[in-house]
Formats: sequence, C-alpha cells, structure tokens
Amino acid sequence: MGKQHHAIDYNEKVISIKGLTKSFGSYHVLRGIDLDLFKNENLVVLGRSGTGKSVLIKIISGLLRADVGQVSVLGNEVVGISTRDLQELRRRIGFSFQNSALYDSMTVRKNLEFPLVRNQKNLKRKEIDSMVERVLEAVGLKQTINQMPAELSGGQRKRIGIARTLILRPEIMLYDEPTAGLDPITSMEINNLINSVQERFNTSSIIITHDLTCAKAVGDRVAMLLDGQFQRQGAFEEVFDTDDVRVKQFYDYNFTD
Amino acid sequence: MDQQNSTSAELPKAEPSIFKGFKQFFIDVYDVFRFIFRFFKEVFAPPYEFRELIKQCWEVGVRSLLLITVTGFIVGLIFTKQSRPSLLQFGATSWIPSLVSIAIMRALAPLVTALISAGRVGSSIGAELGSMRVTEQIDAMEVSGTHPFKYLVCMRTLATTIAIPLLSVYNGLIAMLGGYLNVYVNEGTSFTTYVQQFFQPLGYIDFFSSLAKATIFGFTIGIVGSYKGWNSSSGTAGVGKAANSAVVTAMFLVFIEEVIIVQITGWFR
Repeated sequence: MGKQHHAIDYNEKVISIKGLTKSFGSYHVLRGIDLDLFKNENLVVLGRSGTGKSVLIKIISGLLRADVGQVSVLGNEVVGISTRDLQELRRRIGFSFQNSALYDSMTVRKNLEFPLVRNQKNLKRKEIDSMVERVLEAVGLKQTINQMPAELSGGQRKRIGIARTLILRPEIMLYDEPTAGLDPITSMEINNLINSVQERFNTSSIIITHDLTCAKAVGDRVAMLLDGQFQRQGAFEEVFDTDDVRVKQFYDYNFTD
Repeated sequence: MDQQNSTSAELPKAEPSIFKGFKQFFIDVYDVFRFIFRFFKEVFAPPYEFRELIKQCWEVGVRSLLLITVTGFIVGLIFTKQSRPSLLQFGATSWIPSLVSIAIMRALAPLVTALISAGRVGSSIGAELGSMRVTEQIDAMEVSGTHPFKYLVCMRTLATTIAIPLLSVYNGLIAMLGGYLNVYVNEGTSFTTYVQQFFQPLGYIDFFSSLAKATIFGFTIGIVGSYKGWNSSSGTAGVGKAANSAVVTAMFLVFIEEVIIVQITGWFR
C-alpha cells in the first residue's frame, strides 16, 4: 500500500518555513510552525478539520498573509513579497483546490487554456492545443476536452483541476484535500495520479489531507498538525508509532470503520 | 466594593454599538474607495482583455434589448396618456411631444434604463462573482498568476459603463415611439411633425447631461455589483446576499446621483 520512494534531493529545500503564526481574530490557527519541503518530495500534512492545514498552503501560495514568521518558497520570501514577484512565483506553484474550482462557465479546454494564454504570450494555436492535449492525457481525460465542468464526475473534476495546474509546468504542487468526497476507488486513482505527477513532472508537493490511506499511498514524509503545531514528522509508520492519544485516536478512527 | 472593582477591571471594555457601527461604516467606505482606485489603476494597464470586454458588452447590452424596448415603449405610452388630461384642461395638447421629450430625455430614459440594468445586470454580476468567490474560482485564478480583478471586475464595470448609455439612448427613442402611438390615436399627428416637436425643445446640454448621467449610472451598477460579488461571504447565502445587496445599493446610489446631477446641470441651463 505504501509508495515507492522517489529520488528526493535532501540538499535542496524548495519550501522553508520558520516560526509561522496565523490567527483569525482571537483564534490562533498556526502557532509558530517550522517546516521544510525538499526537492521531489511528497510531504503529507495530516490533521483534523479546522487545524489550519489549508491555511498553511494558502499562506505558501500568497492567498493569505502570515502574521509572523518566514516563508521561503523557491528562494523567494513570501511574507512582504511585491505583487509582481508574487505573480511570477505563482506561475511556478500549482494549487489543486478541494472542490477543484473549475471555471464553470468554460469548457475543459478553456479551463486549461485560461492560465496558459495569460502567462505565456505569443503561443501559437498548435502549441496551445498540444499542451492542452498533453496534460489531459497525463490525467487520463482526453475525451472530456469539450465538456463543461457540470458534466464531469467528482473524480474527473479533481483530475481536470490538477491538469489545469500542470499546464504551467509547476515546480511545486499544493493539493488541498485531493480525495475528499470521493469513493475509495476514485481516491486510489487520484493517489496514483499524485504519484505519477511527482514522477513525470518532477514536482515537490504538499498534500493536505485527513485521509490516512491517501497519506500512506502518496507521502514520502508525513507531518501531523495538532493544536497549531507539527507534533510528529517522519515516515508514515514512525508518525503513528506513538503513545500520544490524539495521534492514536486519529489513526483508529481512520482504520477501524 | 472591592469585588465589584476587581470584576470590572477584568472585563474587557465594551465598545458602544453606535461607535462600532460608525467605525464599520468608515471601514466599508474606505474599502469601496480602495476597490474603485484599484479599478482605475488596473483598467488602463495591460494586458487588455478586448475579447472579454466585447463579450460583457454583449451580455449587458444586446441581452437587455428586449426588456429595454418593452419598458421604454410602455413608459412613453403611459407618460403621454397620463399627461394628456392635465394639458387638455388648458387646451394645450399640442405641447405633449415637447413635454414628453423633456421628461424622457432629461430624466426618464437614463433612470429607467439604470433601474432595469441594476436589477438585471447588477444582480447577475453580484451573483456570478459571488459564486466564483465561494467556489474558490477567483482564488484559482489568483494562484495561476492571471489577473482576476482585471478580467472579472474591470471588464464587467467597463462594459456597463459603455453599454448602459447606449441602452439609455435607445430607451429614449423607443419611449418616443410609445408617446407617438398615443398622440397619433388621439390627434392623428404625422410622425414627421411629432418627431420635429419632440426634438425641438431639446438642447445639446440635455443630450450631454443625459449621456453623462447614464455613463455614471452604468459605472455605478458595474462597480457595485462587482464589489458585492468580489467581497461575497462564504456559502450560498452569501451569494444571494451579494446579488440582493448589489441591486439595492446600486438603485439607491442611482437615485442619489440623479439628484446631484440634476442639481449640477441646472446651473448650466
């Protein structure tokens, strides 16, 4: 069930977070967390709902601002970054949203073309078509090219959402709950897709989830977020080899249905 | 006594609700001005989204034509019909075309067009952007390095600013036809004579002020709809609230602007 390990470069950090704090009013979501993501690594961030997992990747992508701390992404300090530099940086980061966030007024083709034509000027029609076809083929959904998002299943929407981020050839992928709301077989297909993206596109990824099957299948390393801090980090088995009741409870509820 | 003092010392000082309300009002006003400033900053900067602008102009303009035609015709017809008895008392029915033209061109055409557009276009912009906000489509555009503000807000607001004055002119002309129907049925006046009498009392200032008014109304409807949708709170209730609030706020502002513009143009007459 565990994944085959990919060649991770532990000498190169693509994301480095130090002392990151984020609060919403009086609610302290992240309390001074530290985290590194290495090149070609799949890091799974586990935690219960409302523990700030999604907040973490939204800060990394610049959608939310950190209160305190340093967030370095591909050598750029995200806290206090200029709008122009953030735009540049975002082209190197892919973000797969929990609900796919497909543009529902556009066909699949237009969804994929949208970020491409706005980021890479002077592309010829042939080049655009071939890039669209290539990413659709990578996610196994070439036949949906002219469909509207409303005509797709939940799993297909997730795949198209991933394809839309891949079209810009990102170096980092951020997955927000990639298997949420999917049946076990479709979840497994998404897990395989995440691994295939890592191999085929040489991406480093953070996968936010509370699905332990997904964590085990895609994670090179797992980090457990509890009470606004990473309490456990390491390989999947190491993280759950503990007497911490909260961690054990998390494991038991996932695997004893 | 001591106990009472210590309790009041521990409690946080509650801000009176009236101050809280004032504070929130000024924060909202600041937010709106920042949003408008951002519009002007981004609308003139590349990349230029001409295709999206044309699409939005089509949505706002062409798709409103039927509604504008029907309402314009009815407004002209009813206004003429209701004015007739009063003028008849003084034997002044020949003044009807002039009266109708002044009322329609100076006030009714831009106002009716703006109110209809606020209902049809403003709510649609509020709901569309609100729905895109809550389903994270705007966030998805942000993180892919595109310019969602320019693509979504600037183009929609620019489209309403361009299309609503054109619709207003069209509405005025259709209302003129509605008025003619009543005049023809009652007096049998020829169309040429009616048109001459209709345009005779109008000066350049009437056309320009009418166009300027409709342009300002168009901008207001676009920017209010966009602002409400862009800042929509989460959930389906948030989308409904954004759409509703876009209509109510835009209509209210249109009336306020009408009063101000009438006052200003009055100084030039």
